[in-house]
Amino acid sequence: MNYRIGRWIADRWVMGVGLLVLAYLALPIIVVAGLSFNRPSNRLSYDFNEFTLDNWTNVCGPAGLCDAVLRSVQIGFLATVFATVLGTLMAFALARHKFFARPAVNVIIFLPMATPELVMGTSLLALFVTGSVALGFWTILIAHVMFCISFVVVTVKARLAGMDARLEEAAMDLYATPFQTFRRVTLPLALPGIVAAALLSFSLSFDDFIITNFNSGTTVTFPMYVWGANQRGVPPQVNVIGTAMFAIALLLVLATNVRRRRGARVA
Amino acid sequence: MESTAGDLHIANVTKRFGIFTAVDDLTLTIPQGAFFALLGASGCGKTTTLRMVAGLEEPTAGQVRLGDRDITRLRPYQRPVNTVFQSYALFPHLDVFENVAFGLRRRKVRQVASQVERMLALVQLEGFTKRRPAELSGGQQQRVALARALINHPQVLLLDEPLGALDLKLRRQMQIELKRIQTEVGITFVHVTHDQEEAMTMADTVAVMNAGRIEQLGRPAEIYEYPATAFVANFLGQSNLLAGEAAGLSGGDVLVSAYEQRFAVPAVRARADQGPVFLGVRPEKLALVADGAAVPAGHQSVAGVVTDSSYVGVSTQYLVRTGWGTELAVFAPNSGTAAPLALGARVTAHWDPRHAFILRREPGEGDRTTPVLDEPDAVGAVS
Amino acid sequence: MTLMTGIGAAPAGSARPARKSGRRWLPYLLLLPGTLWLVVFFFGPMLTLGAASLWDPAGSLQTGYAQTLSFGNYVDAVRDAGPQLLRSFWYAAIATLIGVIIGYPLAYAIALKAGRWKYLLLVAVVAPMFTSFLVRTLAWKTILSDNGALVGLLRDIGILGADGRLLATPIAVVLGLTYNFLPFLVLPLYASLERLDRRLLEAAGDLYASPARSFVKITLPLSMPGLVAGTLLFFIPAVGDYINAELLGNPNTYMVGNVIDSAFLVRLDYPHGAALSFALMFLILIIVMVYLFRSGTDEVV
Repeated sequence: MNYRIGRWIADRWVMGVGLLVLAYLALPIIVVAGLSFNRPSNRLSYDFNEFTLDNWTNVCGPAGLCDAVLRSVQIGFLATVFATVLGTLMAFALARHKFFARPAVNVIIFLPMATPELVMGTSLLALFVTGSVALGFWTILIAHVMFCISFVVVTVKARLAGMDARLEEAAMDLYATPFQTFRRVTLPLALPGIVAAALLSFSLSFDDFIITNFNSGTTVTFPMYVWGANQRGVPPQVNVIGTAMFAIALLLVLATNVRRRRGARVA
Repeated sequence: MESTAGDLHIANVTKRFGIFTAVDDLTLTIPQGAFFALLGASGCGKTTTLRMVAGLEEPTAGQVRLGDRDITRLRPYQRPVNTVFQSYALFPHLDVFENVAFGLRRRKVRQVASQVERMLALVQLEGFTKRRPAELSGGQQQRVALARALINHPQVLLLDEPLGALDLKLRRQMQIELKRIQTEVGITFVHVTHDQEEAMTMADTVAVMNAGRIEQLGRPAEIYEYPATAFVANFLGQSNLLAGEAAGLSGGDVLVSAYEQRFAVPAVRARADQGPVFLGVRPEKLALVADGAAVPAGHQSVAGVVTDSSYVGVSTQYLVRTGWGTELAVFAPNSGTAAPLALGARVTAHWDPRHAFILRREPGEGDRTTPVLDEPDAVGAVS
Repeated sequence: MTLMTGIGAAPAGSARPARKSGRRWLPYLLLLPGTLWLVVFFFGPMLTLGAASLWDPAGSLQTGYAQTLSFGNYVDAVRDAGPQLLRSFWYAAIATLIGVIIGYPLAYAIALKAGRWKYLLLVAVVAPMFTSFLVRTLAWKTILSDNGALVGLLRDIGILGADGRLLATPIAVVLGLTYNFLPFLVLPLYASLERLDRRLLEAAGDLYASPARSFVKITLPLSMPGLVAGTLLFFIPAVGDYINAELLGNPNTYMVGNVIDSAFLVRLDYPHGAALSFALMFLILIIVMVYLFRSGTDEVV
């Protein structure tokens, strides 16, 4: 009996610890969701006080919050479009062609991912100040495109590397010109990778604080808004935005999973 | 054979990858309507040859012609040639219908639906139009790949190890099926395989390739019964090749002396009548008797000791060690007329000289009795 | 794409990249815009930052800066920010250590024990990243609040004194760092444990190794590439982070990022800010090199 209990514990303790760690990761999200329904007792309090739906019905109440969210969405969208296009082109070149400069280009792509944001943020600021470029929307966009490109290249390249090059040969064999081959075979097959890269870009851009902080001038994105609000009291509506972001992202991930499962079952 | 307008000519084609010569000055004519097999081990250049006909590789030198038309430099989509790829390369994002219709749509052909239906009927896949490739079994995928190529009515259909991914039983079934379809559509099939049985079952002409060159070309029975080289003798089935010296013609026979014995082979079955040669006999053409006196008149024989026997159902395969140490393979049919032989038994192996053959031999080369190992092509390997 | 391979980029080279000659210029054309962007907005700024770190510290944004190759900026910057610099590496190291201790069992449980729940648990690992970094860090303010349940409990059982607190302490900052970067450690670790051939463990058991011995002799060494990649992906951003120090700490827990932030945005002292930023990058680079060398793995790079 003792042996069996010992055995049972030996089999489960790792999972037990793992679930505890997951609880640690989940706790702040639960708190954010909870705080989105909280009416704080005063401006600087972060404690639970009483239940309310006001924050959800009046998201745009705090001055500047919705403007900041809108700005983040605009920058995120544009940064995603630029980075996805530029990064996808690079991924195609790297995955489909052998050429002399490939190792050098790989280093150029890798470095931004390994450099601390602090260094990238300050260096861009140094560049813009030296070049007398006015800080604001466009400098933020330039910075975001820069750090998203590498992630797009890596994501799309992984998808292309997993793709059978014979499919393109088959298309050419079946009278598809190079353009038709790309349009009818390569692009549709690479699309899941491109979409994943775009979603990643958007979330990286939307959530970036450190690099944005150095290059925003007086432009306020959502993370900048939260940072600034921290000094004078964070309105509870910020938690509504946080909860909504979480819900949207979770739905997207679960939806792709369901699609993938459906694909896997028929395979 | 009535018309030569659609014959496929490969003329002095060479393909080099860096310093490696995959195909070496290959010249070949494949008549219109033939079922032609390119047979060889991996790396022999057969797949490269196929890819050059498809337009997926460009020859380093030489010419590929269809009838009078030079297609050497045409891009794959400009050639009236279609391919059934190894492991099929079906488009995973398209359903069966769209896979099969792909070529027609690219050429803007009208009435796609009826043609696709007819083609799916030919490969017995009616009712599968809405399925994705991942939802099909290996055999069904193979049929889709075939239909996808055939629907374009190519002048030449190329098949790259088309049955390699199927299990043995399905492979047999598809061999018969492919043969039926080829007869029905009358298109030239060029079939690349490393499986000698597959090549012999389906093709009416087989070319055995080795190191970028064709070793022998002919009907399967011709090649099997009278191989041209030691490589062919042991790649296509198995042969006992005894090293000997040919001593010229005597009557209609070539005389060979080997290991202090003299043999004779009909001159029509000799590739050489002077100098170093191999005397070849297929294992199933050998018979074993316990008593040397029982050798039938006109047969020739070698004495030895049974060193191994494997019972394989239809036959029993013996190894017989001769006086000079070479082990001969002997396949004795299990027809129930002869009692099994014990290990260590002294026997005499004999054969009808009309079943033997003589091949040229490099001086100094010894007996060869083991088959050439053929391993399947690695996917994507240049072969 | 070195560090990323741990997360599961597919093996390269399976495609047949050789293309017909005569289109040699195509890859360069495809690469041109993106590479140009990275060169102008990543390498360009780096050079400018390097130049700025040597500007005459007597200048200002209004009067302009003279390039005087003032290497003394580095000495001044590192001396003035010494405590914060040390604290950054110290906090990041402790957080990384805690991350390994709690992240390894999690990655192991998901890779080898989760069965059909694997995907769901993986989603749970990355779930924190679905919401805003700053918002979820602020949530810790509520959890660690002086009036919260956690502090109450710790006071009741005597771990904290009657007026002891968690918020605005180094503990809160390290806790926040661990929380925010844990997924970066768990994912590559999971990927390498997932690739582990389970038959190896069975073979070890068959050869009389106890579970503990099998772990030390087989699982741990084989998961090293993931562990090395994961700790780097955790450590590098943790050193450069100053959001946790700002939101959860107090001025005595400030890290080097806070100093750099104020140098560029409050004091407008570009030369020293740039020098400190560059010094930080070099220090991280040296530590990463030593770490990779010591851990004897070149698989991550």
